[in-house]
Amino acid sequence: MAGKVVTISSGKGGVGKTTATANLGISLASLGKKVVVIDADIGLRNLDIIMGLENRIVYDLVDIVEGRSKLRQSMIKHKKFEDLFLIPAAQTRDKMAVSPEDMVKLTDELREEHDFVLIDSPAGIERGFRNALEPADEVLIVTNPEVSAVRDADRITGLIEAAEKGPGRLILNRIKPELVKKGEMLSSDDVFDILGLSIIGIIPEDELVLSASNSGVPVTLNTDSKAGMAFNNVARRLTGEDVPFMNLEDDPGFFRRLVRLIEGL
Amino acid sequence: MTSLLNRLFGRAKKGSGATAKNRLHFVLQHDRIHLPPQRMEAMKREILAVIVKYLVVDQDRVEIALEQRDRSHSKLVAVIPFAKEKQVQIELGPAVAAGGSDSNGAGKASEAVSDDDLREEESSDSEVGEPLAEADETSKSDTDSEEKDDKKT
Ligand SMILES: Nc1ncnc2c1ncn2[C@@H]1O[C@H](COP(=O)(O)OP(=O)(O)OP(=O)(O)O)[C@@H](O)[C@H]1O
Ligand SMILES: [Mg+2]
Repeated sequence: MAGKVVTISSGKGGVGKTTATANLGISLASLGKKVVVIDADIGLRNLDIIMGLENRIVYDLVDIVEGRSKLRQSMIKHKKFEDLFLIPAAQTRDKMAVSPEDMVKLTDELREEHDFVLIDSPAGIERGFRNALEPADEVLIVTNPEVSAVRDADRITGLIEAAEKGPGRLILNRIKPELVKKGEMLSSDDVFDILGLSIIGIIPEDELVLSASNSGVPVTLNTDSKAGMAFNNVARRLTGEDVPFMNLEDDPGFFRRLVRLIEGL
Repeated sequence: MTSLLNRLFGRAKKGSGATAKNRLHFVLQHDRIHLPPQRMEAMKREILAVIVKYLVVDQDRVEIALEQRDRSHSKLVAVIPFAKEKQVQIELGPAVAAGGSDSNGAGKASEAVSDDDLREEESSDSEVGEPLAEADETSKSDTDSEEKDDKKT
């Protein structure tokens, strides 16, 4: 099996990389794919918490790379999905403990037995990002509809292209449709115009993301969550399926419905 | 399509979202060519200072601006209208430095433009209309010197 390595990056911190990685991992697993998610944010371990696996950790990424543990025994199996595994970041080491070559070696091994290897990149453009970028077959760039986040997404896009890993695809996270409608927020069209990247996902702001991280059960497992549904769609697009973008507005109102009707003709 | 219809029905954006977009366009243009706005302005002044040494141009209508189709296709486009209604359009690639090899043949032209020169040029802005004849002479003498150069080689 020649699995695909997908790196989730952003430039700016706190825009939703870890949230996206956890949810895509779960969505892909629920589509029947064999998946490993790697937390590459050494020193700031997070993905285990978001996935609700923090109490099962024995070994971490640095243990694997430094040969203290076997790959198999270091991968933490998800509670719900047989074929979803986590490789946690080391919490007490720094980014220099792992090199880009280490990551290539590790993911080459993981590729053999999995359909997808997702890497949660740390924020920034330094070593941790390089570690996450080097083994990537494809890069997803997470951003928010906000000037500074989009600017950093552009910066990272340049670095991804320079490393010949481009073009990345964009996940636009935390969209508030009512603000976009009022003209008080960048729309997905705006961000597309500015960055010129194709968009693989538009994820709405959703309070359920917070409760999901409180409970360690990602929103994709919550059928009421619009963000969860949007992440599911991203996962399907990652597998090559052509999925239309969902309507993010609650009650479109008569006029909008009419407009949509006309558009659909 | 959606945005088109939105615009059609007068739902075009006017709020802070549009401001955000404009600010991003501006900041990314400069990020992408690694030239901050202030240095870009200085460069424009230098380019103009060189041009007015040779040509009588309509300085008020000179436009030197960055054009960007996407992140890997940027170019600097200069529109330099002559004072006498003629108009030339010069396209300069981002890598072309001011005072490049073209001007070497023209003797004085290859002099670097110092800050002092810039200030002089600026201060003479007000007399744009006047020194037409003078400028014509300058361009004649330039062709003269080029001819001399040609004879030498
Ligand atoms: N769609 C969303 N709706 C609401 N809240 C969200 C959404 N996406 C992310 N968040 C919240 O944003 C915060 C940052 O998310 P996350 O930790 O995934 O970002 P990150 O890019 O991984 O951050 P870092 O750069 O620190 O690693 C979290 O509190 C998360 O709950
Ligand atoms: Mg994170």
